[in-house]
Amino acid sequence: MQGSDAVELVRPDTLEEALAAKAERPGAVPLAGGTDVMVELNYDHRRPEALVDLTRIAELATWSASGGHVRLGAGVPYTRLIDELGDTLPGLAMASRTVGSPQIRNRGTVGGNLGAASPAGDTHPVLLAAGAEIEVASVRGARRIPADTFYTGVKRNALAPDELITAVHVPSAAVPAEQFSKVGTRNAMVIAVCSFALVLRDGHVGAAIGSAAPTPRRVPDAEAFLAAELPWGTDAPLPDSLKRRFGELVAAATEPIDDVRGTAEYRTHALGVLARRTLTWAWDDHRGSVRACA
Amino acid sequence: MRVNLTVNGERRRADDVWEGESLLYVLRERLGLPGSKNACEQGECGSCTVYLDDVPACACLVAAGQAEGREVRTVEGLADGDALDPVQQSFVDAGAVQCGFCTPGLVVAAHDLLRREPDPSDEEIREALAGNLCRCTGYEKILDAVHSAAGAR
Ligand SMILES: Cc1cc2nc3c(=O)[nH]c(=O)nc-3n(C[C@H](O)[C@H](O)[C@H](O)COP(=O)(O)OP(=O)(O)OC[C@H]3O[C@@H](n4cnc5c(N)ncnc54)[C@H](O)[C@@H]3O)c2cc1C
Ligand code: FES
Ligand code: FES
Repeated sequence: MQGSDAVELVRPDTLEEALAAKAERPGAVPLAGGTDVMVELNYDHRRPEALVDLTRIAELATWSASGGHVRLGAGVPYTRLIDELGDTLPGLAMASRTVGSPQIRNRGTVGGNLGAASPAGDTHPVLLAAGAEIEVASVRGARRIPADTFYTGVKRNALAPDELITAVHVPSAAVPAEQFSKVGTRNAMVIAVCSFALVLRDGHVGAAIGSAAPTPRRVPDAEAFLAAELPWGTDAPLPDSLKRRFGELVAAATEPIDDVRGTAEYRTHALGVLARRTLTWAWDDHRGSVRACA
Repeated sequence: MRVNLTVNGERRRADDVWEGESLLYVLRERLGLPGSKNACEQGECGSCTVYLDDVPACACLVAAGQAEGREVRTVEGLADGDALDPVQQSFVDAGAVQCGFCTPGLVVAAHDLLRREPDPSDEEIREALAGNLCRCTGYEKILDAVHSAAGAR
């Protein structure tokens, strides 16, 4: 693990300095919680010319809520997201609770999950289903990228080489009908074999799959079907036929591969099951809120 | 590069640190604190768990330079002089230590749990220690140790 090649470590105190460093050397690798980057360094899988430590930049580690949205700084660790935003962003908090272990959640961040853009990253399906936007910045200015167009390939995202992720903007849940579920080989410390997120909001449905295609992605046919068929505003239970059809449409949208964690066939099957279950839970949330209002 | 940090209440300085080096390496190889163990270097085993600014983290996944100016507390910093911390004493008494490789990380993680939850259930203990692997004990004695430490505090 001793250093062979020189790596520079840049430690900016402000976002401005960090963006200047990234503009000067686009090959520099941002370092947030380090739970992906340090593994690669320890195992010599990566020898970047420079690392840019983002953990000293206070503004990346804050969040704020206004106008039905939360702006969550890219550097807020999962543990704080869970503790501080569990009620406001229930879907994202649910996904965060399934990440790694307490030690990993104390350091790992949503910004790092997005930077790594692994098809198995747990926050991606929720960000997609919730209609989140990724805020990125460079010395050239800031822009927002809809989660829909952020994931461009296996471990690839829409960031330009001089850009950093600064925050995610997530609609907060007026009614907490948001669910995330993942299949893994045990309860703790598992990378998702496949995962699914569902958000129900005022006649709108967001649904997305993880680990079942080259990128995390939404499932538009299944979303449109549910939006049209759900008995919105009532506390009626859902017919089994509706849940089954939803599960089929989700399964049909997968494009999985066989790997060490599971076969393609298993993933497609499991996603149909996850879809039916999360629909039952999310609809129960919706019914609860309808009854509370009545 | 030089890294200045506070370790177990003392100001320390490490020189000739490689920029990509982990905090774990600095603690063990440069500061003479071999308590935190190096078993996987990928965040999977938890045997390197230390407090970083009072938050438990895998020292193998923290770049040493990220600890500049910060406070680290390792398993060596839990005892009060010769008196072991109740968590350490309970691990000894309950027979929760076999080869002992996992113990320092487990002790720090259990110490943190008991600060937050003075009387945890089995389930809460399992959840809090989910990032710490033990190949020897089968975890039952570890659960006993944490319960008895909770009683002793
Ligand atoms: C033991 C273990 C278990 C894990 N379990 C899970 C799991 O269950 N689910 C899961 O989804 N992930 C898991 N991970 C992976 C990892 O913890 C997550 O991807 C985490 O969100 C990474 O965040 P970080 O802050 O540690 O990122 P880092 O490691 O610091 O960075 C990750 C990537 O993002 C880039 N990056 C970081 N911040 C920014 C930014 N602001 N702008 C631009 N680029 C940036 C980095 O350059 C790097 O490419 C696990 C990792 C370990 C070691
Ligand atoms: S050595 Fe750090 S988690 Fe295993
Ligand atoms: S006692 Fe040997 S690994 Fe836990």
